[in-house]
Amino acid sequence: MTNSQKGIKAHLAGHMRDYGLLFALIAIMAFFQIVTGGTLMRPVNITNLFLQNSYIIIMALGMLIVIVAGHIDLSVGSVMGFVGALAAVLIVEMDMPVSVTVPICLVVGGLIGAAQGYFVAFWRIPSFIVTLAGMLVFRGLSLWLLEGQSVGPFPREFQILSTGFVGDIFPAAWGTGLAQLFGARNFNVLSFALGLLGAAAVIQMGLKSRARNAQYGIADEPAGLFWGRIAIISAAIVFLMFKLSTFRGLPNVVVTMGVLIMVYAFITSRTVIGRRIYALGGNEKAAKLSGIKTERLTFLAFVNMGVLAALAGMIFAARLNTATPKAGFALELDVIAAVFIGGASMSGGSGKIIGAVVGAFIMGVMNNGMSIMGIGIDYQQVIKGLVLLAAVFFDVYNKNKQA
Amino acid sequence: MTALLEMRSITKEFPGVKALDKVSLTVAEGEIHAICGENGAGKSTLMKVLSGVYPAGTYDGEIHYDGALAEFRGIRDSEDRGIIIIHQELALVPQLSIAENIFLGNETANGGVINWHEANRRTEELLRKVGLKESPTTLIDSLGVGKQQLVEIAKALSKDVRLLILDEPTAALQENDSQKLLDLMLELKSQGVTSIIISHKLGEVRYVSDTVTVIRDGMSVSTLDAKAGLSEDDIVRDMVGRDMSDRYPERERKAGDMLLEIEDWNAWHPEHAERQIIKNISMNVRAGEVVGIAGLMGSGRTELAMSVFGKSYGRNIDGTVKLHGTPVDVSNVPRAIEAGLAYVTEDRKHLGLVLDETIRFNTTLAKLDNVSRNGVLDSHAETQVAEKYREALRTRTPSVFQKVGNLSGGNQQKVVLAKWLNTAPEVLILDEPTRGIDVGAKYEIYAIINELSAEGKGVVMISSEMPELLGMCDRIYVMNEGAFVGELSAEEASQERIMSLIVNE
Ligand SMILES: Nc1ncnc2c1ncn2[C@@H]1O[C@H](COP(=O)(O)OP(=O)(O)OP(=O)(O)O)[C@@H](O)[C@H]1O
Ligand SMILES: [Mg+2]
Repeated sequence: MTNSQKGIKAHLAGHMRDYGLLFALIAIMAFFQIVTGGTLMRPVNITNLFLQNSYIIIMALGMLIVIVAGHIDLSVGSVMGFVGALAAVLIVEMDMPVSVTVPICLVVGGLIGAAQGYFVAFWRIPSFIVTLAGMLVFRGLSLWLLEGQSVGPFPREFQILSTGFVGDIFPAAWGTGLAQLFGARNFNVLSFALGLLGAAAVIQMGLKSRARNAQYGIADEPAGLFWGRIAIISAAIVFLMFKLSTFRGLPNVVVTMGVLIMVYAFITSRTVIGRRIYALGGNEKAAKLSGIKTERLTFLAFVNMGVLAALAGMIFAARLNTATPKAGFALELDVIAAVFIGGASMSGGSGKIIGAVVGAFIMGVMNNGMSIMGIGIDYQQVIKGLVLLAAVFFDVYNKNKQA
Repeated sequence: MTALLEMRSITKEFPGVKALDKVSLTVAEGEIHAICGENGAGKSTLMKVLSGVYPAGTYDGEIHYDGALAEFRGIRDSEDRGIIIIHQELALVPQLSIAENIFLGNETANGGVINWHEANRRTEELLRKVGLKESPTTLIDSLGVGKQQLVEIAKALSKDVRLLILDEPTAALQENDSQKLLDLMLELKSQGVTSIIISHKLGEVRYVSDTVTVIRDGMSVSTLDAKAGLSEDDIVRDMVGRDMSDRYPERERKAGDMLLEIEDWNAWHPEHAERQIIKNISMNVRAGEVVGIAGLMGSGRTELAMSVFGKSYGRNIDGTVKLHGTPVDVSNVPRAIEAGLAYVTEDRKHLGLVLDETIRFNTTLAKLDNVSRNGVLDSHAETQVAEKYREALRTRTPSVFQKVGNLSGGNQQKVVLAKWLNTAPEVLILDEPTRGIDVGAKYEIYAIINELSAEGKGVVMISSEMPELLGMCDRIYVMNEGAFVGELSAEEASQERIMSLIVNE
């Protein structure tokens, strides 16, 4: 083996987790693309994929933080359903304006998180128990709020939370021109431009961090791997955005989601509060003795989770255009699975936002692909369960091998 | 004598670190063989290779044991051949009893049902051998570290040991417990057990060992015959590669203005509210002073320090803490840090470090304000801080991006120290600061203490190593059962006087 091959192999072995996740997503997408005869990557289906998974991804952001802090939140599905129901009651039955309802719902989500966080952080009741209780309580409360009925439909202003699309800002002529060029019915120039911009940003940030690593003399990934990884990611972004452009453009919810992903990735990796959360989850006692207010931080992690669950609840209700008592049922499991597939550790202290997002996409693509194939819900559950187990096994296996 | 064990040209690499580089070790049957070397020299790694923690195939070189090539695939393999290792970090389960711990994974079972009667009887026998009078049903929790160490040995004896490996067994022990353990080793030797001991306490090495192998930077540099009479300086010279005449660096002793005053300090046990742990303690530290607290293990020294440092221990704490003559609020850790206190814990694994994170992460953790602006971290500044302390403390690591969990014990201690030096404290409380640290690094830590004192900072030093207290402190408080029983100036203090204050109380 040549030296550079050896370097690539060693680096791959050391970062099996990160590459493995990316490859798994690509492999799963390729697999379903083939077995569904190309349906998976059709623009309309890609748009759907985003719409269907946005609320899971949004909650996975909060869940990652809760899990990194060393806890778990089983109540998110119920809280999400409850807030959706609350929004429906406020808007549909009480005729409250959307602009008032949305902030109210977010605050209610925050309060729910605060109530649960209070018991976990200040009374040291295991989060598993507190949020299990919360799961039951809020499922019951949604039923009560809705009186067992579905409530809807919502006014348009509310629906666009989820099903609206960002309009094009470029001259219409450009769109028709490009549409002709690519043989599509229409073309949203803005979303394609954003895709190019995103790809450029990925390349730029990659180069920047590579330069910084080199400056500190950290053993960095071999050039071949680096460029391969960057090329795949930026090509994927351009490709997806291109597909979206040829349908109706960028859904609003993708914008919300994209912004949140960036904000949370920044918070967890670059800020003091993010650092403290990792310290808290990594070794609570040491964190406390280092002057970190561990209780308050735990509390805030749950408040944050509550707010995100509330947002997800509204997006979900807006998408279905109705609030049903069953909304959010068992969704917490998908969210938690996404975070663990994404590489977070059960014992806290490790896990990345981007991992959770990719984990959620893996789950989402599987859900979507299997539904297109017409696989029954029974088999779908079995397969998803096995994938979760396989992902975590892969993790543990790698860790053991490295030690 | 024939060789029981021969390790030939062992090389072990971790990503970025060559921990062992063609190390050879020959241990004769029936001897006590000591391994010495600086922190990170590779001592623990060598023993992990030997005991199968790192299985055959993950290292280069050969192990010959009892006349045959040995390729252990795991600890089970080596244990079956009578090689028992007691690791640097004790591995007993605190919530279980002595008997349960001894027979953990090795239960005297009959068809899956444990015969506790038999287990207890055998435990009692083993405990007698190691000189413990505790009942087999005593919980590990309620034993001091010294006795826990003896239980570990009893556990080893329960497995028909031929080669006993002790990795820094006395690091956490005080002298009389250490002495018991060393005598037990000699006793076992007379019964034909071969032992390997790793220790930074060279006095003990001289006392107990027949042969000493010195490892430096992952290479074996010498094998010394100790029976012919070996001086500590001989060992030190091979360890650090130069002569070291003084163990304690010189310091100009001058006490300045009053810095820290603790008055009428009381604290009670966190669970058993009726037990008073700290009894009416008053103490002070002047600027530039190094003040020691001597006492036996369990005398309440750590509890005193932690109760002062942000009320991290105990309940119903009362008393006043003054800095520069004005009372300060130390009611939680952030406030204590803000006031200018820092506490370097004795328990680095559980209370000091986030083991899964890097040196850089741990170094800046207690003072993130310095490396951030508006709550956003400046990773460049962080790296610089971490590098600064890596150089100042000579932490042995390929980079500051190494996980602290991968560092050797002594180097982990340096990271904890770096974390607290980085908070620029007025008063630094050091709890067993040199536990598990090699002679060279100890000297460096003493030099840093002296620097702090020269800058007019105050240092409180809790230590079970009396020579260290005597060598470093301007004043020593003697503590026993939660109360101060005496105060000695540097001139008055001696090992005997401290002990007599403790005993005659
Ligand atoms: N799992 C690991 N991964 C990476 N490096 C490691 C690992 N274990 C040990 N090392 C490195 O190997 C070297 C030798 O470590 P080792 O624990 O054997 O030292 P030691 O001689 O026992 O030191 P001490 O006296 O401080 O206990 C150190 O530089 C350490 O950082
Ligand atoms: Mg060691």
